[in-house]
Amino acid sequence: MDLKDLRFGTELLKRGFASMQKGGVIMDVTTAEQAKIAESAGAVAVMALERVPADIRKAGGVARMADPQRIVEIMGMVSIPVMAKVRIGHFVEAQTLQVLGVDMIDESEVLTPADEQYHIDKKKFTIPFVCGARDLGEALRRIEEGAAMIRTKGEAGTGNVVEAVRHMRAIMGAIRALRGMDRQELSDYARDIEAPAPLVFECAERGRLPVVNFSAGGIATPADAAMMMQLGADGVFVGSGIFKSSQPERMAKAIVGAVHHFHEPEVIAEVSKGLGEAMPGLDIHTLREDEVLQYRGR
Amino acid sequence: MAVRIGVFALQGDVHEHLHAFRTALTKRESPGEVVPVRNKRDLAPCDAFVIPGGESTTISRLIQKNDLFQEIREYDGAIFATCAGMVLLGNDTSDARIQPLGIMDMGVERNAFGRQKESFESDIEVKGLNSPFHAVFIRAPVVTRVGQEIEVLARIPEGIVGVRKELHIAFSFHPELTGDLRLHELFLESLELR
Repeated sequence: MDLKDLRFGTELLKRGFASMQKGGVIMDVTTAEQAKIAESAGAVAVMALERVPADIRKAGGVARMADPQRIVEIMGMVSIPVMAKVRIGHFVEAQTLQVLGVDMIDESEVLTPADEQYHIDKKKFTIPFVCGARDLGEALRRIEEGAAMIRTKGEAGTGNVVEAVRHMRAIMGAIRALRGMDRQELSDYARDIEAPAPLVFECAERGRLPVVNFSAGGIATPADAAMMMQLGADGVFVGSGIFKSSQPERMAKAIVGAVHHFHEPEVIAEVSKGLGEAMPGLDIHTLREDEVLQYRGR
Repeated sequence: MAVRIGVFALQGDVHEHLHAFRTALTKRESPGEVVPVRNKRDLAPCDAFVIPGGESTTISRLIQKNDLFQEIREYDGAIFATCAGMVLLGNDTSDARIQPLGIMDMGVERNAFGRQKESFESDIEVKGLNSPFHAVFIRAPVVTRVGQEIEVLARIPEGIVGVRKELHIAFSFHPELTGDLRLHELFLESLELR
């Protein structure tokens, strides 16, 4: 039998892909070797990068899409999905990643923005996108542009979970508050948060974002990861937290275990034993304003 | 008869499966319930067990880690599996990263169509349905070989995408994502006749 009406790159396929990641850990990796470690630890996907966020902070200068050579090496090493980052608004970096065949593109504030006015028009791509957000308005603007998945921004490369918590609470709290509003109040609220009204109605009706929502930016321990899950995350991204710790393999497995059993403190206690040093942390208050990545793109 | 359906709830599109089966039960006016399954204790009282879509390497590892491997192999209820779940039900994936459960005598190739950009939607024929089913294939597997006891329910040019063995059914695509619950109902029907 011949297949009729074959369709690629639809909204359903993009959001469906994101749904398959739920309950999982997506790990930042910079080499094929690290990707292998992430896969064996039980990661659902890897994010291929030139440098982890903690090193991007240290290096300074302009951070860009990773070398395609490196991304291809990582894609060749693992069977789980491979994601990669592009600069906010840099649609040609995105076209490049689409040609390479990465499974999802992260339009990320961790890299230096290429456009301070516009994000990428993500509906033009067949590959799904994930975007960062700090609050409900930002999340819904990204979904309107075509993001198939949201991750709360947190503050990448700090090993400090405080911003991840702030952003997850902001989104979950705002959605809970929608439930008490009537249609008029919802429209008014949509204008307030600069979000498209139909998406606000949809959140109110479903009691959640219309797409999968992961947590990111500062998760450094199994307990951090489990806390984000208890606060309502569908899964977590761990950036520097794994390969900047003293025992990456054990840390990777422990964080995966903590995410799958996030409501079982006995399991968190067990997997957290003897993990060695977590990544060195940064106090958010010591950052200069231009060092705070979450302010990029809004 | 009130059926109890358990959905393996550690990774993947668990919520979509819970929702699809709850809706299908309501539609059939069946008094059953649908519950998440995380360990042996949860699995034991279930008449049916659902292995969702997700990452097959991750789910395979979770089955091992949670001591469910032997438990599922010896499980005497019906199994409903999609995508990653189908990969795990077979007995051969030619991939050392997966330890298949061997419940169905079939070979399954993971990511048979390629990466996400090759994911697609299409209307396909499924045995037992009187009109085409809108199937959503996401980094989907394909069955490359079936044993004698396996009944083929759906086939496309690339290979077999739907199979049945006794009460168990498995699909390469995701019926839980489209709102068309005919395959869920088909499964419930055979379960209730048991």
